[in-house]
Amino acid sequence: MSLRATGALRRRQNTERIAKTVLGVLAALSVVTTVLIVLSLLNPTREFFSVVSIKEFFTTTRWAPLFEPASFGVWPIVVGTLWVSFIAIMVALPAGLGAAFYMSEYARPGVRKVIKPILELLAGVPTIVFGFFALNFVNPELVKRFWPIGEVGAYSALGAGLVTGIMILPIVASLSEDAMAAVPHSLRQGAFALGSSRREVCTKVVFPAAISGIVAATVLAISRAVGETMIAILASGSLPNISKNPGKGMQTMTGFIGSAGSGDLPTGSTGYQTIFAVGAYLFAVTLLLNMISIRIVRRFREVYE
Amino acid sequence: MNRSKRRLVSVTVIAISLLAAACGSDSKSTEPTVAPTTPGSTPVDETTTTPSNLSGDIAIDGSSTVAPLMKLTAESFQDANAGVTVAVGTSGTGGGFEKFCAGETDISNASRPIKDTEIEACTAKGIEYFEVLVANDALTVVVNPENTWAKCLTVEQLKKMWEPEAEGTITNWNLIDPSFPDQALTLFGAGTDSGTFDYFTAAINGKAKASRTDYNPTEDDNVTVTGVAGDKGALGYFGFSYLEENADKVTAVEIDGGKGCVAPSAAAVLDETYTPLSRPLFIYVNKEAATRAEVKAFVNYFVAHQDDLSSEALFVSLSDSQKALQATELASVLEG
Repeated sequence: MSLRATGALRRRQNTERIAKTVLGVLAALSVVTTVLIVLSLLNPTREFFSVVSIKEFFTTTRWAPLFEPASFGVWPIVVGTLWVSFIAIMVALPAGLGAAFYMSEYARPGVRKVIKPILELLAGVPTIVFGFFALNFVNPELVKRFWPIGEVGAYSALGAGLVTGIMILPIVASLSEDAMAAVPHSLRQGAFALGSSRREVCTKVVFPAAISGIVAATVLAISRAVGETMIAILASGSLPNISKNPGKGMQTMTGFIGSAGSGDLPTGSTGYQTIFAVGAYLFAVTLLLNMISIRIVRRFREVYE
Repeated sequence: MNRSKRRLVSVTVIAISLLAAACGSDSKSTEPTVAPTTPGSTPVDETTTTPSNLSGDIAIDGSSTVAPLMKLTAESFQDANAGVTVAVGTSGTGGGFEKFCAGETDISNASRPIKDTEIEACTAKGIEYFEVLVANDALTVVVNPENTWAKCLTVEQLKKMWEPEAEGTITNWNLIDPSFPDQALTLFGAGTDSGTFDYFTAAINGKAKASRTDYNPTEDDNVTVTGVAGDKGALGYFGFSYLEENADKVTAVEIDGGKGCVAPSAAAVLDETYTPLSRPLFIYVNKEAATRAEVKAFVNYFVAHQDDLSSEALFVSLSDSQKALQATELASVLEG
């Protein structure tokens, strides 16, 4: 037999080469998309800052970009975003970690097999459904009834935050559980052999060993909460409002982009560019969060062979 | 080898162009799509046209106040003319004129007359149009049903809560009138691109677009309904038809424009006692589009059925003198 490639072999090699290239292109798609998004944000943002000073944007506190006279202090809608994300993470972190500990350390395998898919089902609920849940149930039935400070209207950052917390809970729970399940069994067995209780194994062995995965899950969840739009638009209201009371309605950055972007700003006007400036700001914040998360993951990763 | 390489290139090109198309698409979702008209099946000779032979697309956008009337008209017009598609968007009066004067729409709904700057924009693009008076509206101020104190508000009181100087200071009902209770004031109103905003600020604050900004602005009047229905101290304003639709959720306030308290109603608009918040509503029709049989038929259809359409869509139909005016407006442009 000679070693010359036969027709069949050549075809196989070609197919292989095509597969490699097509898959490479597909992988590049996400990178290209990210770059294109940055580029599309860049130009209107630059034009925006040629009209509005960076100082006004970041240091003043009156947000009325579509009114006359307009003012562009972004702080009120940043406060709205901070409140909603803060409340969301206050819900999702304890509940998500608790669920993860239960599934990974306490639940029998059969129970875990049932709970985990159900929890992940929650991640598949469309955010518009969450938004209506917040507007028509959480705000009027829970926040309005039980929130002790001030008077609660139809819209509140608290209601939006609580429901956003439920939305990101599966991210925290599922990814943390994956990280905990990856902790080698020998570590647990060693701790049990030394007389540790299950709770001690959780907090002193599994948690430290899985911390990098847990932090990554948390930061990813925060990014999702910061960027969540539908819930904020529907349930948090459209009033830019620097308030210490989360029971009040507050517009978030995404809420502003969503309502201002839905149809009636003349292209090229400063109001139109405002959308991109806020979008670029939001993009920078989530990028920063992701970078922090990567750093933390590298720093705290514990590798077990 | 060559063939597979070429195939590969074409796959890549398709993938990239798909991506570029996705990235380049306009995010404005309320924009009605303007499909090219298909005059092929439309008889050129107008006299032989029967309504059912019409085909094509009519793009309408503009005021959210006028939209319910035009949507109803579009629905019943399409029932009679299956070949015609009418899309009605709600970008607000200002947003509608942006598109109208760019030649993107055939008809623009307006809850105020066209402004000088918009006329210039149309002229610059060579867009000619004509105005048609379509109905009347009572701009309605609403409060929560639990509000027992604000049955009637004077124009001065409304000004006190809506003028630019009120921003950050008039935050409680008792600051408007000492006899009102200690109750936080939450305001809902029209977004800045809406004719309702222009009209309300002009009528109440004395200058179009002069308004406090610390309220919940929205182009979607249902947001105002939800907000006012859910907050005891809330007040909002929108077109009369939204009140009729939501009479169980919000309560209308009587307005005292100097001649006593008057509740918004069709009768009060027609006898001109509901002042200063009653206003005429318009559509603006692109003259070139009006030469298309389906657009002409649409306008004529509205005029022929306007009383029924107005009352079904909960608008105040035109008075006899207004109808006479409308007829003369149309006579010059739609005939011949």
